[in-house]
Amino acid sequence: MASTEQQSPATPPASTGGTKTSRWRSRAFRGLAYQVILVVVVLLVGGYLAGNTLENMRVRGIQSGFGFFLQPAGFGIGESMIEYDSSEPYWKAFVVGLSNTLRVAVVGIVLTTLFGTLLGIGRLSRNFLLRTLCTAYVELFRNVPVLLQLLMWYFVLTDWLPDMSAALNPVTGFFLSKNGLSFPIPVWSAGHFATLLGLGGGIAAAWWHARRARHAFEISGAQWPVLWPAIGMLVAGTLIGWLVGGMPGAIDMPERGELNISGGGAVTPEFIAVTMGLTIYTAAFVAEIVRSGIQAVPRGQSEAANSLGLSRAQNLRLVLLPQAMRVIIPPVTNQYLNLTKNSSLAVAIGYPDLVSISNTTLNQTGRAVECILVMMTVYLVLSLLTAALTNWYNTRMAIKER
Amino acid sequence: MAAANAMRSLIAARPAPPRTAGSLSWLRRNLFADWKNTLATLLVVAVLVDWLPFVIEWGIVDAVLRPDNAACRALEHAAACWGVIAEKYRLILFGRFPFAEQWRPLVGMVMMVGLLAVSCLPRMWNRWLPVAWVVLFTCFFVLMRGGFAGLSFVETAQWGGLPLTLLLSTLGLGAAFPLSILIALGRRSHLPAVRAFCIGYVELIRGIPLISVLFMASFMFPLFMPPGKTPDVLLRVFVGITLFAAAYLAEAIRGGLQAIPKGQFEAADSLGLTYWQAQRKVVLPQALRMVIPSIMNSFISTFKDTSLVTIVSLYDLTGSLGLALNGDANWRQFYFEGYLFIGLIYWIGCFSMSRYSQWIERRLAADAV
Amino acid sequence: MSDVIISFAKVNKWFGQFHVLRDIDLDVARGERIVICGPSGSGKSTLIRCINRLEEHQEGHLSVDGVELTDDVKAIEKVRREVGMVFQQFNLFPHLTVLENLTLAPTWVGKMPKKEAEERAMAQLERVRIAEQARKYPLQLSGGQQQRVAIARSLCLTPKIMLFDEPTSALDPEMIKEVLDVMIDLAGQGITMLCVTHEMGFARSVADRVIFMDQGQIIEQNSPTEFFANPRSDRTRDFLSKILSH
Ligand SMILES: Nc1ncnc2c1ncn2[C@@H]1O[C@H](COP(=O)(O)OP(=O)(O)OP(=O)(O)O)[C@@H](O)[C@H]1O
Ligand SMILES: [Mg+2]
Repeated sequence: MASTEQQSPATPPASTGGTKTSRWRSRAFRGLAYQVILVVVVLLVGGYLAGNTLENMRVRGIQSGFGFFLQPAGFGIGESMIEYDSSEPYWKAFVVGLSNTLRVAVVGIVLTTLFGTLLGIGRLSRNFLLRTLCTAYVELFRNVPVLLQLLMWYFVLTDWLPDMSAALNPVTGFFLSKNGLSFPIPVWSAGHFATLLGLGGGIAAAWWHARRARHAFEISGAQWPVLWPAIGMLVAGTLIGWLVGGMPGAIDMPERGELNISGGGAVTPEFIAVTMGLTIYTAAFVAEIVRSGIQAVPRGQSEAANSLGLSRAQNLRLVLLPQAMRVIIPPVTNQYLNLTKNSSLAVAIGYPDLVSISNTTLNQTGRAVECILVMMTVYLVLSLLTAALTNWYNTRMAIKER
Repeated sequence: MAAANAMRSLIAARPAPPRTAGSLSWLRRNLFADWKNTLATLLVVAVLVDWLPFVIEWGIVDAVLRPDNAACRALEHAAACWGVIAEKYRLILFGRFPFAEQWRPLVGMVMMVGLLAVSCLPRMWNRWLPVAWVVLFTCFFVLMRGGFAGLSFVETAQWGGLPLTLLLSTLGLGAAFPLSILIALGRRSHLPAVRAFCIGYVELIRGIPLISVLFMASFMFPLFMPPGKTPDVLLRVFVGITLFAAAYLAEAIRGGLQAIPKGQFEAADSLGLTYWQAQRKVVLPQALRMVIPSIMNSFISTFKDTSLVTIVSLYDLTGSLGLALNGDANWRQFYFEGYLFIGLIYWIGCFSMSRYSQWIERRLAADAV
Repeated sequence: MSDVIISFAKVNKWFGQFHVLRDIDLDVARGERIVICGPSGSGKSTLIRCINRLEEHQEGHLSVDGVELTDDVKAIEKVRREVGMVFQQFNLFPHLTVLENLTLAPTWVGKMPKKEAEERAMAQLERVRIAEQARKYPLQLSGGQQQRVAIARSLCLTPKIMLFDEPTSALDPEMIKEVLDVMIDLAGQGITMLCVTHEMGFARSVADRVIFMDQGQIIEQNSPTEFFANPRSDRTRDFLSKILSH
């Protein structure tokens, strides 16, 4: 094709005579033909399946449409962050399921990041024992199916722990039993508004301090301490707000009753098992990513930084981490997504996430197509959002080359 | 000065001073380099000293090995009851397959593992290998189903345990592999419709959890079929796993295709190879070689993922553990030991695959030089 | 001997059991320009990397501008500020612009105001004739340009000593000259230079002394004229014949 164009640049290739043109034509034609065939096949198969589905639904008397989402669900949900009872419509149940999925995902992602990063750095430690221990962890947990791990943790939490009446009390205010973990929470009172305001003030002050420190650094090269003063300001602001608000001190402590634990906040063993299992599993992968990301920065970078007199901390902060992060962040986001998708395994231990709600709904109403479609769409939207975010990050942070 | 230094007799190499080499210096550098390091060492040692004896006592010294329910119960979880494995291993390993006929899945499994081992050797990678696998799968099916020559008929719903896990992962991957190559090529095609279709497929599948695909396989596939026909559960799940694995494999392979220099395509074109010839002879051999680690990663994932079929009520290794213990009030409390047992089986599979992946990568890199 | 700026006294180093530097005795005078050559693996890089403690020696004494190099972190930091180093592979920071590469050490290590650091960085870039590239990223430049940026970067802290580890070995022939020109300029300005290179033309025109290393030891050292005209040991002769044959 290129040669045709070179021979007669003035005329479009299609109009040049001879065998070359017909070859070009036949190539284009073949391409078109492939595509038409593909489209036709996809349409035919899709049509066939859709036809069968409609026919089957007619035969079995299954109704279709999303109207049933407005009908009362009629089943209760064990745990929910939003108000819900069984008389509320199906769509509300789905929202509860989604919120439960997101709760596991968010808590899991935060814990995985912390834990995985520590493990990854541990794998590069100069200390032989620490290094070996971290490697053993990674090799152990990433090579066993996550479902199995979830089931195992759930079994341990619900079978090995004592009944509520004999709940373990490792630290004052915390009770651990077959029914989950109870912990103290502060009781909300008007005075807490002042505390929040104080915290806001602290954040503002810390931000202002960081700005001034930066300015000073640029003007005079003076390096002010930033981290500790900022933390101090946060704490002081919160404390002052709390004092001004009249020192609201009521804390809802869980207490041991005759048979059960009452009061305080609580999480179910299902939630603990899912979050813990996913964290332990995903952290092993994150650790590998962190390790290889740090190792991906060439040794020469550290050597150059050292030869310029940068300290170890400066080298880490100004040279190594900015480069390692670019390698680490995209695959880690992918792991976050995996964690979110794996939270669907909660269905196996009865944590009411999106998948188990749609599973229950499906069994109750028989609306397989609708339930599965909703479930898939939600996950797809989450994935696409994350992918868009990752792409944006990648283009923004890409190291500029020729 | 220069002149005085100009000639010097050669200095022979000396061994390093013991302070900086040898096991003592190794200890110093790796365990006690500075105070932080020493602290870490002491902490780790403290934890190990605290836990190791307990783990050893729990798992080995005090454990009950006999399938003796009373002895196990007497332990009250203070030590492991491996007796549960001794009692239930047939059920765990073979699921609901008729007890007297369990030699059939055993033979099938041994054949499969054997061929798997043979397939690992690069020397064996030729056109006969796929043929061998087809033959193996046929034999496996015939043997498992029976219904001839005195072998009783065993329906697929009764297949279970480790053979099922192995079957789903190998057959699923076997079917997904060619599909994924097509998809990966399609994703780089110049034809917009083909490319759009492949991108859509891959992104769709990668965006949803496997469990939703399996739900689809078990609840929606029956609706897709002509009325009155319901395909076998095993077949449906197999299709689901294949479609799912293909998307991930395709992405792995696309990575290799992307890494191939443009010059290779141009060289193939200039030799007059057709599109398919170029892909088969020039592009794919290089691309696949390059992405062996990520392909192996997909294999490992798929092997682990087969445990999810439990949720749509197939009795693979994970499922048949439930089968073995759920219904038996005497042994139900020893689930943990059961989980450890099948966890170990999965772990051996995955760990050896990841080691194999490292080995083959080094080996092929050495060959290429 | 106040004019000795670097002094090696019976310095020995091992990599594991491999004896890579053997009884190195070497005094470098202030302002002296030394070229080090020798076969691959002879320990040239290791020798100069000991000077800013990228490698640590295990026996003997090594002091730089009156500071003895030991485990003392403060001493190491002090020495590193006075010693600039240029690497074969440039080792520019790819995530920072050329200008940011140059101002990084002056602001963070030298505690210099940003404005001043930028002005001085621009002056250094002028010096290596590359000021117009200040806002680009390193990987957008050619190899020769990158190496000149690397030289400018190491000059920003006004070091007393410059170390070069085969600065032109990774460059295409037409870029070697632009880097050598910059180095020759530098040599004319009285800075102490130690340069590992096989550019014998450079050695002839610039060096005060040429050192030949083999198997971790200094085999021969002499003024360039003597060194090239009358090599004393067979090894040197052998090496020179190989390297000058083309
Ligand atoms: N970090 C290290 N660990 C172990 N051995 C090393 C290390 N660095 C260098 N060596 C070995 O020490 C010897 C001297 O290395 P060095 O880099 O100093 O040689 P060189 O004279 O600079 O050679 P070249 O001209 O190839 O750069 C070589 O045999 C090398 O293999
Ligand atoms: Mg070298």
